[in-house]
Amino acid sequence: MKTNTLFALSLILLSPLAIAATPEYKLVISNHRFQPSEITIPANTRVKLEVVNEDKTPEEFESASLHREKIIGGLQTGIINIGPLSPGVYEFVGEFHEETAKGRIIVK
Amino acid sequence: MFGTAIIVFREVLEAALIVGLVLAATRDVAGRLRWVSVGIGSGIVGAILLALLADKVSTLADGMGQELLNATILSFAVAMLSWHLLWMRKHAMEISDKMKRVGAAVSSGDREPVILAIIIGLAILREGSEAVIFLYGIAAAGTNSTELFLGGAAGVLAGIAAGTVLYLGIARIPVGRLFQVSGWLIMLLTAGMASQAASYLVQADLIPALGYAVWDTSSLLSQNSIPGHVLHILVGYVDHPMGIQLLTYTLTIALLGAAIYFLNQQRDRVVS
Repeated sequence: MKTNTLFALSLILLSPLAIAATPEYKLVISNHRFQPSEITIPANTRVKLEVVNEDKTPEEFESASLHREKIIGGLQTGIINIGPLSPGVYEFVGEFHEETAKGRIIVK
Repeated sequence: MFGTAIIVFREVLEAALIVGLVLAATRDVAGRLRWVSVGIGSGIVGAILLALLADKVSTLADGMGQELLNATILSFAVAMLSWHLLWMRKHAMEISDKMKRVGAAVSSGDREPVILAIIIGLAILREGSEAVIFLYGIAAAGTNSTELFLGGAAGVLAGIAAGTVLYLGIARIPVGRLFQVSGWLIMLLTAGMASQAASYLVQADLIPALGYAVWDTSSLLSQNSIPGHVLHILVGYVDHPMGIQLLTYTLTIALLGAAIYFLNQQRDRVVS
């Protein structure tokens, strides 16, 4: 009985961890452009951005407003943790091809 | 070619400014040129190796390898710069003491030049590897190699020129005041690096950001402008700092300030 209660209690306590699995979003770099170039994410939530670089050349994901900079090698995938953020528009660029590689994250 | 030059310039600038500042601050350290060359040489070799291993590093620590490596290199640089700062402080005291007594120049300790080499090597390692990754990338994409070479060379030269200008600027400060001025500059550089290391740890999700923009001065002085970028490198200017960056920055200055104060006190006791 006591172990059962403990078990039930731990399930209740741990369940938010299971439910609150970090949402993941995918961003593809192709021909030095981000696709999609706009991603909407929920406010005050931690999310994971999976950046798949389909180009053969490396790219540096950079965003001053997000406080992120990360090099993603050619044909490599990089994970970028984002947030929790307050609502707003956060722009990012691919520093190595800034004229074409632009995008933004909209936090709602 | 112009685009290539600008990107290479931005990566090289950081290393060049740090090297320029450290060189100017240590003008009187004996035998430093040899160690500076060792630092530059090993920094360049390290940057190339790191660039080759970059994809492997990135996959480490659940994809956070790059963030952790950057944070580690920066923290190590912070430790070395702090040591250097405190050592310079003691050295300055010894010099002024001895000059008063015998009016002679003082030869420096043997450990300091090694620290100097490490600081310079680390600065080149981190920024240099990004420049190498970028250049290797456009080479792999089959860009005309003359363009690649010219753009890369122009960027590197412009970065070195900026470092030289900083060096000459600081070198104009009379030796008597040099320790004081360069001491402050190095303290701010160190604090800026500490806050940058904290920023990478936030990115790796290891520590909280404590707010993404405690204030925003990007309309006054954008971090992306050249003056903003130079200030970012030299004194850690961030146009919309995270709470953790402010905390790390002030804590670094407070700790170093306290250590220097303690050194001064100790010396006063010895003198009196």
